Amino acid sequence: MITRNQASLVQLACNRKVTILLSFQFILCQGIMTSSRHTNSKRIEGLDKNVWVAFTSVAADPTIVNLGQGFPDIPPPAYVKEGLANAAAVDKLNQYTRGFGHPALVKALSQVYGKVYGQQIDPFKEILVTVGGYGSLFSAMQGLVEVGDEVIIIEPFFDCYVPMVRMAGAKPILIPLRVKTNIVSSADWVLDPAELASKFTSKTKAIIINTPNNPIGKIFTRDELQMIADLCIKHDTLCISDEVYEWLIYKGHQHIKIATLPGMWDRTITISSAGKTFSVTGWKLGWSIGPEHLIKHLQTVMQNTLYTCPTPLQEAVAQGLLRDYELMGQPDCYFSSLAVELEGKRDRMAAILQDVGMSPIIPEGGYFMCVDVTSLNQDLSHMGDDEPYDYKFVKWMIKEKKLAAIPVTAFCGDASKKQFEKYIRLCFIKKDSTLDAAEAILKNWNS
Amino acid sequence: NFSCYVNQYLKIHSSSLIMSRQLHARRIEGVDKNIWVEFTQLAADYQVVNLGQGFPDFSPPSYIQEAFCKAVNGGCSMHQYTRAFGHPPLVTILAKFFSKVVGHDIDAFEDILVTVGAYQALFCTFQALVNEGDEVIIIEPFFDCYQPMVKMAGGKAVYVPLRPVSRGKALTSADWVLSSEELASKFNSRTKAIVINTPNNPLGKVYKREELQLIADLCIKHDVVCISDEVYEWLTYDGAKHVKIASLPGMWERTVTIGSGGKTFSATGWKVGWAIGAGHILKHLKTVHQNSVYHCATAAQEAVAVGFQREYEHFGTPESYFLQLPERLQHKREKLAACLESVGLQPVLPEGGYFMIADISSVKVDLNDPSTQGEPYDYRFVKWLIKEKGLATIPVSAFYSPEHSKDFENYIRFCFVKEDSTLSSAEAILRNWSNGK
Repeated sequence: MITRNQASLVQLACNRKVTILLSFQFILCQGIMTSSRHTNSKRIEGLDKNVWVAFTSVAADPTIVNLGQGFPDIPPPAYVKEGLANAAAVDKLNQYTRGFGHPALVKALSQVYGKVYGQQIDPFKEILVTVGGYGSLFSAMQGLVEVGDEVIIIEPFFDCYVPMVRMAGAKPILIPLRVKTNIVSSADWVLDPAELASKFTSKTKAIIINTPNNPIGKIFTRDELQMIADLCIKHDTLCISDEVYEWLIYKGHQHIKIATLPGMWDRTITISSAGKTFSVTGWKLGWSIGPEHLIKHLQTVMQNTLYTCPTPLQEAVAQGLLRDYELMGQPDCYFSSLAVELEGKRDRMAAILQDVGMSPIIPEGGYFMCVDVTSLNQDLSHMGDDEPYDYKFVKWMIKEKKLAAIPVTAFCGDASKKQFEKYIRLCFIKKDSTLDAAEAILKNWNS
Repeated sequence: NFSCYVNQYLKIHSSSLIMSRQLHARRIEGVDKNIWVEFTQLAADYQVVNLGQGFPDFSPPSYIQEAFCKAVNGGCSMHQYTRAFGHPPLVTILAKFFSKVVGHDIDAFEDILVTVGAYQALFCTFQALVNEGDEVIIIEPFFDCYQPMVKMAGGKAVYVPLRPVSRGKALTSADWVLSSEELASKFNSRTKAIVINTPNNPLGKVYKREELQLIADLCIKHDVVCISDEVYEWLTYDGAKHVKIASLPGMWERTVTIGSGGKTFSATGWKVGWAIGAGHILKHLKTVHQNSVYHCATAAQEAVAVGFQREYEHFGTPESYFLQLPERLQHKREKLAACLESVGLQPVLPEGGYFMIADISSVKVDLNDPSTQGEPYDYRFVKWLIKEKGLATIPVSAFYSPEHSKDFENYIRFCFVKEDSTLSSAEAILRNWSNGK
């Protein structure tokens, strides 16, 4: 932007018949000098790209069937919405609440998770309420990960883990899930024990696990978690366990909290999400549960970043949790009923994909399904070489087929791109009419 | 129950198994203390008349509560993710509204970031721009979070104080000024930014155009970014005019202006704030935001958007909440000031904001509380006032740098954005105390 001073300098230069080229260079230099110091800080260097920013704007077109970003297009349960309306009607619930978590909420969390963990959880010292699961991940990284540390991340991973590790000045160490033969279920994707062990060094501060996993839907078994736990204890590392899909477990599978394995409570931060639990992703509330000696550092980050989360939303989540706490283990409990509803949609989505000749990976949990698109034989050579196949495929599919998905290489590092570039991720927490529309598009693929 | 006991025992004693190396990251060293955590806990523990933490004890205006209810009962999309950098209806109306105020065309999608309260906007700004070793000038007294945020970003805080020009009666926040030489001396080649807060918390000072011009000239001369915290922008009294430093020549391209839905609409618990500034700077705040919280809650943003749409239509008219609220608060300001004077405390009349500080030098009490031994005088006084008199306030030395706080232990801060009944209760406590002396 040319200031008045610069403009008058140009005038002067022209009046004195100095060459236009010289004055232009002068103005260019002024412009560069003015803006050179207002560049980004080093900690965010290279962290500006983000798959969601790119794909969500594209999919905002209402004519596109959106199985991309992970949010429901089905309504949240009525009692949850009512809880929020009721909370907002109380004057004092429109003002600041306790920074580390609204008392009613942390007490409700303490009750629910006390039951789940089978131990007492101190609502004030062992819980932190954050802006979504995302905010808990950030608080954990900023509070516990030091510049120069290594953090192990299992591929495919929810994409924010890598930039958050890098923003904390640490080095992401990636290890892929690998599949042996026929890829039928997410359970077929496993870690190689020797490979995993080789990733732990004296610099390893933490390992991040996500179970149920986004995007694959894998639920880590007790044995797999024990293997990870053994390494954490042996190498004295922390474990950050992202369990936002903890209630979305399909028949025949069990969600196990690594923090409940011997020796793990003291070194684990477990992260959950109200958005995923109650189908209200737009509420952006989550929580971290762990031992006081770790949670206190996340609380320090919280008090220096945004201080407190919105009050009426926290009150509403508290009321929702108390209602479902009473029903835990019964079919009426939303934690169970949502999983039953989604299992039906999972099976339907899988059938739709299989009917058109594709091989979906049937997820054991969560609300995403990955599918290999190789059998569609889509030639995308006209789209150039600078992106992995799945990115090109998704962009093409959005434009030509009006169906949105997310490319799975968004969830892995460069070295693993070849392994994952034929997969796209579909979100199935969608109403029947959305799944009908997706089915129609897929059935008519070759017309 | 036995297994529960065993679990607890194991929990306590297995902490010796935990990491031998340092658990926490160095970036959070020295930023673990927080006055709000400490004092809100105290106010909650004792039955107090609370003039401490800054939030209204009356409700937000009914139209905004209705807007929130409408959003909650609205379609599915109100409860799911919205645009990460700000809900489109909100950024659109903010751009429209503030373009008029700043006198510059603000691009809704390039020049605005919506955050979880102004607090998070401040965090994004420091994290986005401050490198290890950068200097950031902070004017004292300052909202306490600036210092730990600068520290956490690896920056070095450089302080310059506002000083009262005279110690006579009828002292107002306008009497607290910067020395232009002293201010100029703080700028050097390592200065990355200066933080200003107008209207100021805790003092209530509303910077005049000439004072902002002084700061602007230095920012331009030294190519420094100005971070302008204007959360109380609508709350000015006695005709004092809030001036946006971003509207001064040469300042739009180097200023981040921070605002708050919570303070604007008396709904601090909604935590909707924003940063507005030139796109080439805002894009860096967006990078921090997308790697820390990514989205803000949808329904609250929708309600704030509706609030601003209504205010845009009523701007400058008697129906404007932005005129009604300061009128209401002006009267409360007078009431509190009169009360404090009558009991021998010396208030500094604020030109804006919702706080008033008072000099407690003339009050002599026996602060017989061993639990506060060694703390600054105003901290001890405030705790005594909470425990013995049931009245909560905030010690003003918390708003000063560690270097200078010793010189300002004789002020406490009162919040007057409270129902008249609350202020009357405070008055009664103070009178009884004064009469009992």
